[in-house]
Amino acid sequence: MLNPDLKLNEKILTETPDMAATRDGYGEGLLELGEKNPNVVVLCADLTESTKSQQFAQKYPDRFFEVGVAEQNMAAIAAGLGASGKTAFISSYATFSPGKNWETIRTTIVYNRSNVKIAGHHAGIMTGPDGATHQATEDIASVRAWPGIEIYVPCDSQEAKKITVYSGQTDGPMYLRFSRDKTPIMTTVATPFTPGKIQVFWKSETPQVSIFATGYILYQAIIAAAELEKEGIQTEVINVATIKPLDEQGILELVNKTHAVVTVEDHQVTGGLGGALSELFAKNLPTPMEFIGLQNVFGESGKPQELIEKYKMDKAAIKEAVKKVISRKK
Amino acid sequence: MFEPIHNDKVIELGKKAVEARELVISTLLEAGSGHSAGPLGMADIFTAFYFHILNHNPKDPTWVDRDRLVLSNGHICPIQYVTLAMAGYFPIEELKTLRKINSRLQGHPHRGTIPGIETTSGPLGEGISQSIGMALAARLDNKKHHIYCLTSDGEHQEGNTWEAVMFAGKEKLDNLTVVVDRNNIQIDGFTEEVMPLETLRYKYESFNWKVFEVDGHNIKMFVEAVSEARAIHEMPVAIIAHTIPGKGVDFMENDFTWHGKPPNKDEAKKALDELRTLQGKIISEHQ
Repeated sequence: MLNPDLKLNEKILTETPDMAATRDGYGEGLLELGEKNPNVVVLCADLTESTKSQQFAQKYPDRFFEVGVAEQNMAAIAAGLGASGKTAFISSYATFSPGKNWETIRTTIVYNRSNVKIAGHHAGIMTGPDGATHQATEDIASVRAWPGIEIYVPCDSQEAKKITVYSGQTDGPMYLRFSRDKTPIMTTVATPFTPGKIQVFWKSETPQVSIFATGYILYQAIIAAAELEKEGIQTEVINVATIKPLDEQGILELVNKTHAVVTVEDHQVTGGLGGALSELFAKNLPTPMEFIGLQNVFGESGKPQELIEKYKMDKAAIKEAVKKVISRKK
Repeated sequence: MFEPIHNDKVIELGKKAVEARELVISTLLEAGSGHSAGPLGMADIFTAFYFHILNHNPKDPTWVDRDRLVLSNGHICPIQYVTLAMAGYFPIEELKTLRKINSRLQGHPHRGTIPGIETTSGPLGEGISQSIGMALAARLDNKKHHIYCLTSDGEHQEGNTWEAVMFAGKEKLDNLTVVVDRNNIQIDGFTEEVMPLETLRYKYESFNWKVFEVDGHNIKMFVEAVSEARAIHEMPVAIIAHTIPGKGVDFMENDFTWHGKPPNKDEAKKALDELRTLQGKIISEHQ
């Protein structure tokens, strides 16, 4: 059942869940920050509407900077602002930022310890028809190795807003990952967000498998878990909104009971959530794992639902992975 | 705003610049690696900044109203470390730790480890953008301090440099002055052979910048150019400073092979002898 303590949106288990895009939450969060913190500034590289920076730009034109199609410049300008008492958000598609400008961010923001929040949009194959060039599927892997960066991946628009507002009130470099399409809203205004902590969204009475998911695709895991329960397979589904620093203690406590793990992410299975958890378990608690995500291939054009089915990231694939990992338990 | 420069001060700064060059040579010898030509070539300009132009306080390096000196081409940091130490940011003795383990003097400068360094640099083409960020912040906060960014000519081959130049022109950032060390060399050879930059002046002007060209070893002329730059409104300014790489050490001057290596013991001795005996001559060149 859904965890009653988290005051989740009950409609997610119906045929018609409430829908919104995580990028909408980013836009709402920026607006709230504009009001709360006069030092918040926003930069965008010619994608103001699709990164949802537009409302902030309209309401606070003095604190919005359009840099044109120039992601390296955007990152390093933000680094200068962040080193001068500002809290700078940079917005673009994740393939370009932190993709194209990776070294600029590494040097001028992360190593330089500048107060910049990198908002990577259109993450994952769910970006859809634009195709693989615009589907960031290696972004978490490529930034996770940076010392001192924090990484947040909201599961829905509500959480996206909370994460955005939190990041704008906290010093230091952070990567925030957003997706394009409308996805089910699993949380509510009342759902608490605690940075650095996992949350169990779904739990059967005696879980045999822990399913860790990050981002919008958590929804697929919850639906899979609900169906599995009806089939007699008990699981728990955990939202990992903070990829770095990872809630190591919280994760190990759960897996110490289930001793089987499935990771779910719209990202390559190497270097992202699956990679991070593998490192944790290899060191502390060797555990059979199955990995849902892109298996060392690029995506392609298509509708999001078609793509997650083709690339085996939908509820059916998750159910299969759960059964497989159970069969591997000693 | 700094005072006009008089001849006595020019002579004093000329002597300081020679002292700085000597410290660059001995520091590089001790480090055993690092760049020689660029730091020697920029000694006069760094001396002019830390001992005349900048409104700064070495005892309060994070003072919010200080002028910012951003070094974009971080590889010439030996001259910045030397002049920072001479200005009193940290003990001159500490220069011996350059590039060594547990040192505050990293091979390329890193903000936060040593006072006076405004930003981490080394990877090229990123300094003007960061200076723009500082200039925008100053404008938002109604601050009157000025942002100076020192760049190499070679890093004008980086796309990011021109992204930044375009942006500063659009934003009419008159609290930003970029100095280009036009020494015509880079690691692989002469800039005009590796990847021609000329006419650099017109490139900047076409992006709505005001451009001055000066002799980068003439401290008086340089200070006056900066003074003129500060009087320009609604435009960022580029000062193209023509310098001789390796300036002051005959066998290093204009030789691109000295871009990225330090002197050995014999070469350092020869360089120091030359700097000391040429002291008078170098000063006379500034007149």
